[in-house]
Amino acid sequence: MMKSLFLVLCCLWLAESAAWAEKITVAAAADLKFAMDELVSVFKNANPGAQVDVVYGSSGNFYSQIKEGAPYDLFFSADITYPEQLVTGGLAASDVKPYAFGRIVLWSGSLDASRMTLESLADPKIARIAIANPQHAPYGKRAQEALQAAGLWDKIEPKLVYGENIAQTAQFVESGNAQVGIIALSLAVNPELASKGGYWLIPDKLHQPLKQAYVITKRAENNALARRFAEYMGSKPARTVMIKYGFGLPGEGSGNQGNQGSQTQ
Amino acid sequence: MPLSDSDLLAIWLSLRLAGTVTLVLLLVGTPIAWWLARTRGWWKGPIGAVVALPLVLPPSVLGFYLLVAMGPSGPIGRLTQSLGLGLLPFTFWGLVVASVIYSLPFMVQPLQTAFEAIGDRPLEVAATLRASPLDAFFTVAVPLALPGFLTASILTFTHTVGEFGVVLMIGGNLAGITRVASVLIYDHVEALEYTEAHRLAALMLIFSFLVLLAVYAWRPNPKKGS
Repeated sequence: MMKSLFLVLCCLWLAESAAWAEKITVAAAADLKFAMDELVSVFKNANPGAQVDVVYGSSGNFYSQIKEGAPYDLFFSADITYPEQLVTGGLAASDVKPYAFGRIVLWSGSLDASRMTLESLADPKIARIAIANPQHAPYGKRAQEALQAAGLWDKIEPKLVYGENIAQTAQFVESGNAQVGIIALSLAVNPELASKGGYWLIPDKLHQPLKQAYVITKRAENNALARRFAEYMGSKPARTVMIKYGFGLPGEGSGNQGNQGSQTQ
Repeated sequence: MPLSDSDLLAIWLSLRLAGTVTLVLLLVGTPIAWWLARTRGWWKGPIGAVVALPLVLPPSVLGFYLLVAMGPSGPIGRLTQSLGLGLLPFTFWGLVVASVIYSLPFMVQPLQTAFEAIGDRPLEVAATLRASPLDAFFTVAVPLALPGFLTASILTFTHTVGEFGVVLMIGGNLAGITRVASVLIYDHVEALEYTEAHRLAALMLIFSFLVLLAVYAWRPNPKKGS
C-alpha cells in the first residue's frame, strides 16, 4: 500500500518536473480576467506545448505572496507601484514593463448604466453601489478619486460596499445585491456582463491614470517561456486583444481606446 | 502596541456578531440537538448530516449560495424584501444569518452529546414524579447538560469570531457593520500594513488559544468520574 502510494507520488513528481521546462504560472490582476484568458489562448496557438497557468487575484495580495516566495513567473499588476517595489527589492528578473492603462466604468446588471453619469448615483432609488476596496485595490482607489473629483464622495459613501478586488466588485453587481458598480472597462466589455446592462465610461480626467505593468520574477530568471510570453505581450496579436478589452496601450495615448467598447461586441 | 480605532471597531463588531450568533443558536440549536439526541426515527441520519454540513463545506460554497439566495431574485432575498426588510447582504443581520448556518454544528453537536450522555433514566424518573416533558427538560436535562451548554456556547462564539470566507463573500467590507476583525487583518495584509496586521493577528491567536485552553482544561475527565 505504502509502496504503491510512494510510486504514485514519484510519478506525479516526475510528471511535474518534466513539465517545468515549458511551463509558466502567471499572476494576473483580476481586471485581466477575460483579456488574459484570450491572450493565453492566442499565445498557446502560436506556441504548441507551452503550458501557461494563470492565477487571478488582487495585485497587493500577489505582491506580498511573491515577496514570500510564491511560485509565480510573471506578475501582471493593476498598479505599477507593486512591480516597481519588486524591482527595488531585487525580486524581479526584468525591468518594470508598462503594458496597459485601465479605465473605470459605471456598470449595472439591472439598469441601463449607459444613460447614467456619476451624478445618477445620488438617486435615492440606488441603494447600494459597489466599488473595489480603495485601501488596496487600484481600481478602488481610482473610483474613489473620481467620486471625490465629481464632488459626490460624501453623498455616495454611505451607499458604498467594497469588493475585495475588481472581479468581486463586478460580482456584487451581477448578483443584484448592488444596483450599480464602478468596475474595470475590461470586465464590462465581456459579453456576459455587456449583455446584462450597459456601462458608462467614467472620464479619465477625474482620476489618476491606472498605469499597469508587469515584471518577470526572480525565480523565472532562466525560464525561456517566461521571456517568450513577455515578448509576446508587445506583439501585434497581444495588443489587439488588449485593445479589444478596452485597455489603453503605452505609447498610443490612453484617452480614446475605451470609447469604441461602448457598443457591445 | 496601541490598537487603532478601526481595529477596536472591528474587534467590537466581531464580539457583537459572535455574541448574537451564540444567543440565536442557543435558541435554535437546543431543540435540534434535543431532538437528535432523543429520536430513533430514520430522519435522524439525514438531519444530523445536514447539521454537520458546514463542518466540511468550503466557506466559498456557503458564501456563494447565500449571496445568490439573499440577492433580489433569490428565495431569501424575495422573502426579506416582501417583509420590508430589504436585502441581507452587506448588513449585520445578513452576517448573523450566515454565521448561524456556518456555526450550527458547533452548537448542536456538543449539546447532542451532552443530552445523549444523560440517558433515559433521569427523564423517566422525572416523568414518574409527574413532570411534564417540558418541565423535565428544564429542571432535569438542562442542569445535567450544563457543561455541554458551556462548551457549545464557547465553541460557537469562537468559531464565529474566526469566520472569514463567508463574511468576505457577503459582507462588502463596511466599517462597523460587516468589517469584522478577521477581514480587517486580510485588508491590512493586502495593503502591506504588516505591523497593523500582526497586531490584530497576534491578538486573535492569543484569544483563541486562551478560550480553547479554558474549554479543554475545565472539561471534566470522564475516567475519574464526577
